[in-house]
Amino acid sequence: MNDQSQILEAAPAAPSAWERMKDSHLWHSFSRDRVAQLSFAIFMTYAILALFAPLLAPFDPYDVASIDIMDSEIAPSWAEEGDERFWLGTDAQGRDLWSTILYGTRVSLTIGLCAVALQAVLGICIGLCAGYFGGRIDSILMRVADVQLSFSTMMVAIVVLAVFQAAFGTELYQQLAMIMLILVIGIAEWPQYARTIRASVLAEKKKEYVDAARVIGLRSPRIMFRHILPNTLSPILVISTVQVANAIISEASLSFLGLGMPVSEPSLGSLISSGFEYIFSGSWWITVIPGVILVGLVLVMNLLGDWLRDVLNPKLYKG
Amino acid sequence: MTTLLEVKNLEVRFGLRSGEVKALRNINFTLERGERLGLVGESGAGKSVLGFSILNLISKPGYIADGEVLFEGRNLADLSAEELRNIRGNRISMIFQDPMMTLNPVLTIGEQMIECLMTHRKISKQDARKIALQKLQQVYIPSPEARLDQYPHELSGGMRQRVVIAIGLLMDPDIIIADEPTTALDVTIQAEIMELMLELCERNNVALILITHDLGVVSQVTQKTIVMYAGRVIEQGPTKEIINDAQHPYTQGLMNALPQMAVPGQRLNQIQGSMPPLQRIPTGCAFNPRCNYVLEICKHNLPEFTQSGGCQVACHMVAEMKREEKSARMQEEV
Amino acid sequence: MIAFLIKRLVQAVVVMFVISLISFSIQDNLGDPLRELVGQSVSEEERQALRDEMGLNDPFLVQYARFATNALQGDLGTSYFFKEPALEVILKKLPATLELVFGATLIIVFVSVPLGVYSAINPQSLFSRAVMGMSIVGISIPVFLTAIGLIYLFSIELGWMPSYGRGETVSVFGGWETGFATGDGLAHLVLPCFTLASIMLPLFIRLIRAEMMEVLQSEYVRFAWAKGLQARRIYFLHALKNTMLPVITVGGVQIGTMVAYTILTETVFQWPGMGFLFLEAVNRVDTPLIVAYLIVVGAIFVITNTIVDLIYGLVNPTVKLAGKK
Repeated sequence: MNDQSQILEAAPAAPSAWERMKDSHLWHSFSRDRVAQLSFAIFMTYAILALFAPLLAPFDPYDVASIDIMDSEIAPSWAEEGDERFWLGTDAQGRDLWSTILYGTRVSLTIGLCAVALQAVLGICIGLCAGYFGGRIDSILMRVADVQLSFSTMMVAIVVLAVFQAAFGTELYQQLAMIMLILVIGIAEWPQYARTIRASVLAEKKKEYVDAARVIGLRSPRIMFRHILPNTLSPILVISTVQVANAIISEASLSFLGLGMPVSEPSLGSLISSGFEYIFSGSWWITVIPGVILVGLVLVMNLLGDWLRDVLNPKLYKG
Repeated sequence: MTTLLEVKNLEVRFGLRSGEVKALRNINFTLERGERLGLVGESGAGKSVLGFSILNLISKPGYIADGEVLFEGRNLADLSAEELRNIRGNRISMIFQDPMMTLNPVLTIGEQMIECLMTHRKISKQDARKIALQKLQQVYIPSPEARLDQYPHELSGGMRQRVVIAIGLLMDPDIIIADEPTTALDVTIQAEIMELMLELCERNNVALILITHDLGVVSQVTQKTIVMYAGRVIEQGPTKEIINDAQHPYTQGLMNALPQMAVPGQRLNQIQGSMPPLQRIPTGCAFNPRCNYVLEICKHNLPEFTQSGGCQVACHMVAEMKREEKSARMQEEV
Repeated sequence: MIAFLIKRLVQAVVVMFVISLISFSIQDNLGDPLRELVGQSVSEEERQALRDEMGLNDPFLVQYARFATNALQGDLGTSYFFKEPALEVILKKLPATLELVFGATLIIVFVSVPLGVYSAINPQSLFSRAVMGMSIVGISIPVFLTAIGLIYLFSIELGWMPSYGRGETVSVFGGWETGFATGDGLAHLVLPCFTLASIMLPLFIRLIRAEMMEVLQSEYVRFAWAKGLQARRIYFLHALKNTMLPVITVGGVQIGTMVAYTILTETVFQWPGMGFLFLEAVNRVDTPLIVAYLIVVGAIFVITNTIVDLIYGLVNPTVKLAGKK
């Protein structure tokens, strides 16, 4: 969704943003690409479900009082032994799975989007500085990015979260889990943006309009944000889509390890994790249904990212 | 004896997403053994495509849509992939534009020469190395023995182009197609390389197709010239005639644009405007928007070839003049 | 060559220094070694005396110097839980993890190279499209779901493969416990290795395909065609060798990443390796063990990066090992 607004912002309303978008290459390609249309539709469905989860969910999974442990591990209503109150069944604690999934999708998407927003802000600022000022600042920043990239995000996230969990104690940690996840995933992946932006800035910097802006006496922050940044939007758009997908996977993996969202306030990952213990006893739905939902979400984001990459064809930093 | 190479009605198209584009139309020419032919035109005129289409090496989405390329009477399009491969590099070899890009960066000079020999001939590695060495000597590369074990990045641009020429000569081919062999090089080296090519072609009786935008080079090296514009031949004939008495306004423009023709202190002459992209070629004569002598007919009808001396010229104005000359002559006779 | 080694060594020292600093701050701030030693019943004065005696009240730098000196001698403290030197505990589990990574790397190399090359040469073929489609689905499946899926299918439903543990191992080379030597050990390796490989496979297939397609467009490949070489030689010598250059660089980084993912894989398969141990140590707040794990993993990163650089230098003639990249 924030991708959409980025497109609109990128096109300053000369005839009206909507008309310009309709004429654009992006729209033209979108109107002919079935996969992109389907992916976008599915993504919007996810977004709407997540946004209106409190209205759509028949039960409130966070409300401990409404949960009856006697309802635990009920199969989906359409399976044998199902209960018609719960169309996707219940989890091990007796929560309605459908409601929990709606809330879980909300949590996963929130973490994914916020973490990527943080990555983007950090990465864009650092990348702009490195590319624009060059010289020593550039080489120091890029060396830091290299070092950070050589340690994988997963590794950094696991270690940081593990240490915090050990330091805070589980209780406090669970309350802070969402913020911690956003911070860790957000901070760990900024080099992706920084390197790409830097490369684009270096390319843009050579062009005449930047010189022109400097000649008429604009200051560097203004040149960077008003003149260079809009021209680096397409790589940002492509990276962002894929990065949201990655962030959601990272969050799910961390939650699966017990380092992410607590079971009382589950994301899709922690839901799968909590169901894993019961898969051997036959309660497959607690794992499989959130699993399918998660893969679906990540898949459409990746497909959209692929499509954007093909259409916009930006020069991304390799590796 | 059959003609060495004959191109008949060649048409090359590119299947783009936005539709088909004709990159070459109605190309006809012949090349005899030992003959040297110049292909001249601006970049984008289709001369490189023509060079590549002779070996059927046009990069996708380009393909030969119509016409024939006859090598010793055999149509190359009819050959199997294996037969075609046996001609490439063996009977007809190519020299590419940019020696910095032409040689594989991760293989030694020796490997890249020997593999070519061993593909086309049944010889031992030692013998192949000897021939490679001999060819490097022919192109005047200093200490050729050491070069064989070096990688391309260890050589200068001029040296690399010599290596590429040596590879082109490896199999003693009948034809060498050289696609702007000197444009990527320093000006000081350009002349050396051109001289070398001329010398080698003459000594080995190799036919040469020289693709270039430099009429000056063409006049020094070739016997025949083809001038191309927007995918078509607009003038072709003996080099001497074209250089001394160009008929087509475009060729005249090219001649006037040569620095040699300039008067000191005056601006260089140039043809105004630029060549249209292949998707937007105007109707009639493709050159009409830039032509100083444009007639009404030029905007509607494609000019046919008119014989003028030894040259063929595709120009309405030239045709008009010939017709007038002819009728004047007839009136005189009457 | 010597210059290269020195440069590498300096880099390694810097990285290990940073890791040791991080590790030390963790140790310094996390958990109270006193509590582990003496329990609750000791009075505050006695605690202070003990703190002084153990040097816990010394300035940070002095404490770090002591930590570093000990670490250099291989002493990373004693695991609270195992009551054994932490480094020994970790190193005992190292073979299991390395074999997992090794197996996964083999799978990645032997699957991604042929698939990537094939789909670059025939980008329009049905098979290539299927491979590309599968690869994007593969990227979208989190590794723990792959693991669960594989266990469900091959262990529970089909009963072909064991679902947890290493199975029977044999001791080779003086103490290295290997699962590659016995049938049972190999059977136990299959699912975890495929799981671990599944993370990287799609990335590598796509990377190799993209690089190869770019190389196939290059002038030197076109020149190779013009030389009349056989297709085989052009694809597998001229193009592949150039394709592998960027793949090696990226691949080196990714192997480091794989060590991180062993934590996930080992957890699902209860694989008795370092990652599994690390997660247990986190839950038990076994600080010396956490620190030891970080240092060992840091060392693995440094070593793999050096090896990758060496291989890159050997394959790419434009890089002189002695000079700069």
